[in-house]
Amino acid sequence: MISIRQVSKWYGSFQVLGECTTDIRKGEVIVVCGPSGSGKSTLIKCVNGLEPFQEGEIVVDGIPVGDPKTHLPTLRSRIGMVFQLFELFPHLRIIDNLTLAQIKVLGRSRDEANAKGLQLLDRVGLKAHANKYPGELSGGQQQRVAIARALSMDPIAMLFDEPTSALDPEMINEVLDVMVELAQEGMTMMCVTHEMGFARKVAHRVIFMDQGRIVEDAPKDEFFGKPRSQRAQQFLSKILHH
Amino acid sequence: MNLQVILDNLPYLLWGAFPEGQLGGAALTLVLSVASAIAAGILGLLLGIALSLSRGVTNAILVLTLGFFRAIPVLMLIFWTYFLLPVAFGIDVPGLVSVACALSLIGGAYLAHAVHAGIAGIPHGQWQAGLALGLSRMEVLRHVVLPQALRIMLPSFVNQWVALIKDSSLAYIVGVPELSFVAAQVNSRLMVYPAEIFLFVGAIYFILCSGLDLIAGFVSRQLQRRSQEAPDRGRCRQ
Repeated sequence: MISIRQVSKWYGSFQVLGECTTDIRKGEVIVVCGPSGSGKSTLIKCVNGLEPFQEGEIVVDGIPVGDPKTHLPTLRSRIGMVFQLFELFPHLRIIDNLTLAQIKVLGRSRDEANAKGLQLLDRVGLKAHANKYPGELSGGQQQRVAIARALSMDPIAMLFDEPTSALDPEMINEVLDVMVELAQEGMTMMCVTHEMGFARKVAHRVIFMDQGRIVEDAPKDEFFGKPRSQRAQQFLSKILHH
Repeated sequence: MNLQVILDNLPYLLWGAFPEGQLGGAALTLVLSVASAIAAGILGLLLGIALSLSRGVTNAILVLTLGFFRAIPVLMLIFWTYFLLPVAFGIDVPGLVSVACALSLIGGAYLAHAVHAGIAGIPHGQWQAGLALGLSRMEVLRHVVLPQALRIMLPSFVNQWVALIKDSSLAYIVGVPELSFVAAQVNSRLMVYPAEIFLFVGAIYFILCSGLDLIAGFVSRQLQRRSQEAPDRGRCRQ
């Protein structure tokens, strides 16, 4: 469903991505990990065209992302994205955060969008907060709203950019629970995260990146069992043993 | 102090020769200020958005033009439109229009930078979140960025509008009978009551400017009540 071919990206002369290649099939859950600055976030932002790239090709559901003729808003509306800092719209009520794009992009009626929004808020356990503003919710609750907002567009795939990195420890699980549920329902997911428990539980494959390159791309058990590269071994030992 | 002199001239100071003659005095100051404030606001908003979205040459031209209007005194611009345009192009510009134009252009140039700063102050992540949902750049600007930015900009707008009310007194120089002009008229007719007259004029400007401040404070509180956003946008840590 998502095909990434030889993607390279530079900021000036600094190369942030180097010939990244991987494929994500429908219903597959991929965890992307690696040290900070390794290009993980940049790579997933290339998938929905939030970050341009200079070389290579990304095709999502048959649509080439890098093609200037591709209408990016349409493509993006079909891929859900969840950000590290939630990025809810602070001036809109929770329910309006969920209906804005449904109405403006998908052309749904307000009633239809509202019903869909409430159904999804119910699903993440936050229906009672529909009329509050984002600032009144905890970080974990805000991130669950952000997931519901992405789901309100009926996406064919979901991108997660370190969804739990900005959360207090006790709020991480409530967000991961929603993500696990989503994975078990068969959603195609690409998650940049350091939550190895989540990776062990639901990921099909783990991609390890370092210095803008995909160093390791292996099935979960293989990755956790015996990573081939030394760099991945070091990384794993650092984040698993402390 | 002779308050009788103020009372005797009160109608003339407040609305000039109206309704028999032309509107003047405090009423004309108010009309002139409101019209210029609206024009400056619209101009500032449009130019500020253009400043934020444009790149390269367009952006450079815009920055230069705005810099020009911020650099020249209001009085010069009034003189140019009032004296220069008729000479250069044979267009006769009424004093009132030349002042309104000058105030709008210069106010707009200042506000454009405030709008630009307000837009730039919205975190990049908000743009990304809007775009990721499939909204176009203009839709993100309209529904996500501007509503938040305008709240940040409100104090700058009020500052600029207060300055504009006071600058409207420069219309005096081209014979527009606004508050300062009629006050000077009354003063030269009576000769012996300058303290009373100009204290009264000062009080009127004070009321106009504070009134605007009060309205802005009220609007800002209403906006705040509508979204009780926490200052840190509810994040646990960065």
